[in-house]
Amino acid sequence: MNAPANLPGMFDCRDAFAGAIEELAAADDRIVAVCNDSVGSSKLGKFRDRFPDRLVNVGIAEQNMVGVGAGLANGGKVPFVSGAACFLTARAMEQIKVDCAYSQANVKLCGISSGVAYGELGATHHSIEDIAWLRAIDKLTVIVPSDPWETAEAVKAAAAHDGPVFIRISRMPVPAIERPTGASFTIGKAETLREGSDVAIIVNGTLVYRALDAATALAAQGIAARVINMATVSPLDTGAIAAAAATGAIVTAEEGLARGGLGGAVAEYCAQHRPVPMRMLGFQGFAPTGSASWLMDHAGLNAAGIVAAAQELVAGKS
Amino acid sequence: MDHQALRSSDANAHTLEERAAHVRARANWMRQRLLKMIVDAGQGHPGGDLSASDIVACLYFDILRIDSTKPNAPDRDRFILSKGHCTGALYSALAGAGFFPEAELDTYLKPESRLNGHPNRVYLPGVETNTGPLGHGFPVGVGVAVAGQIDGAGYRVFVLTGDGELQEGSMWEAAMFAGHRKLGNLTVIVDRNRLQQGARTEETNALEPLADKWRAFGWDVVEIDGHDVIALLKAFDDAAQPRDKPRVLIANTFKGNGVSYMRDQAGWHHGVPNADQLAQAIAELEAEKSE
Repeated sequence: MNAPANLPGMFDCRDAFAGAIEELAAADDRIVAVCNDSVGSSKLGKFRDRFPDRLVNVGIAEQNMVGVGAGLANGGKVPFVSGAACFLTARAMEQIKVDCAYSQANVKLCGISSGVAYGELGATHHSIEDIAWLRAIDKLTVIVPSDPWETAEAVKAAAAHDGPVFIRISRMPVPAIERPTGASFTIGKAETLREGSDVAIIVNGTLVYRALDAATALAAQGIAARVINMATVSPLDTGAIAAAAATGAIVTAEEGLARGGLGGAVAEYCAQHRPVPMRMLGFQGFAPTGSASWLMDHAGLNAAGIVAAAQELVAGKS
Repeated sequence: MDHQALRSSDANAHTLEERAAHVRARANWMRQRLLKMIVDAGQGHPGGDLSASDIVACLYFDILRIDSTKPNAPDRDRFILSKGHCTGALYSALAGAGFFPEAELDTYLKPESRLNGHPNRVYLPGVETNTGPLGHGFPVGVGVAVAGQIDGAGYRVFVLTGDGELQEGSMWEAAMFAGHRKLGNLTVIVDRNRLQQGARTEETNALEPLADKWRAFGWDVVEIDGHDVIALLKAFDDAAQPRDKPRVLIANTFKGNGVSYMRDQAGWHHGVPNADQLAQAIAELEAEKSE
């Protein structure tokens, strides 16, 4: 079911997630994994084999899973609470708000197979609302990594961060993003992957490589597009947005709802501080039946969709 | 007022009756203090505060191994108020146990007070997790007990739930998992006052047969009079708890216990006494002290 295509050069970020928490757990016995019968889908099989006492499987019970995570944090553990993003967020939202964020519990929430990765299983299993919901919760760090490297870095940064963090772990195949040597990941800091002054494309997660492809296509048309990876949605790097607004045009794109998520966050800032024409790409609502990759294309969440939005904004400048 | 608890470690130095007398005195003080707080604030939940006062007093003034100067000590016993609206009982106990100055109780519910309508661990030492919406404290308590189990730690975890709260599904997710994990370091106390906000539990969404439900989930069940301090102290005795099962005390209580006109009356769930009613309540509680 929905096994990510093992295309050459494409990766399932769950592997990086699992590898990172195993590495952390080997060095720090406070690290525990908590899951909801999701050992397989969270790729925690090796973790269970290596650290059997530190895998807490609560069964199919997400509210209890998140509460237990907060309790483990109270007991001095650093719990990585992992489950399908759709269930972890929607079913346990009040536990995320109260037990984790409001209580400032040191819980790391890992929303696995986020966005529309579950494709044909339908909107019950899609998690396109999660970022809009979680962004509204005070004192909760929200991270949407773009590739295996960034996923592993985000997991490590979350472990080092004292406080609740949500990390969105994609299962849709993505390539490794090319970064300058010595690149580092910092919570709350946007990453400019390509410079450009005609339009800024602000993305995260599975849209990052699509945006880089779009920028290449735009360059061939004489449009210089800046590509900004806004991996941390909360807290937001407003300095990077202000600088992006100076280009006079911003396109946002995300594997989530077109309202309330990353685009919404950027728009809130710009409307108040740097009014600028924008296009916000994302899903308009519950998705129809279709594979994950088909749904992305259907919603225009691809290089062509980003190019079209950028062209329209640039044309509107004159 | 003597704020020092007679620690269970001192149990040898005190008879059970001496310990009970101490707890009763503290519970009486808590009842008077929380009623004054509620009247002063103009709101609160006196019914549930008063049904829980004897239970909470047993824990804070005898059973819990806690040090108010080290509220985050890793090996402390944990108390979690899952019925988070009963802050009158919790705050008076925390102040009595020295976690913050007693005078701060006068700030209850006032602007920017640390004493919110529901407990907040970020502001207030001694609070383990923020509660308020029902069905939250118990799963968190299970998580703490799992941490203790993994570490082989010596601390115990106590969770006080309302009985109406057991209508929340998350409570049974937690109960099932605690039974599965055989959490012998966990004790849940159900404040079985048989009243929820608007009516009797059995008329709203019946809980009975409640003891059978817990047994079916793998728990050691003790049914007691939740106002009988000696029975509570015996039931809280660590040596009495099986090592391979979590324990639940179904503590039969009365909402508003200790104040004649509030006792077993749903209307006092969040009613506030007037000046005359407060005077009567204080007089009754003072009379109880000399009994």
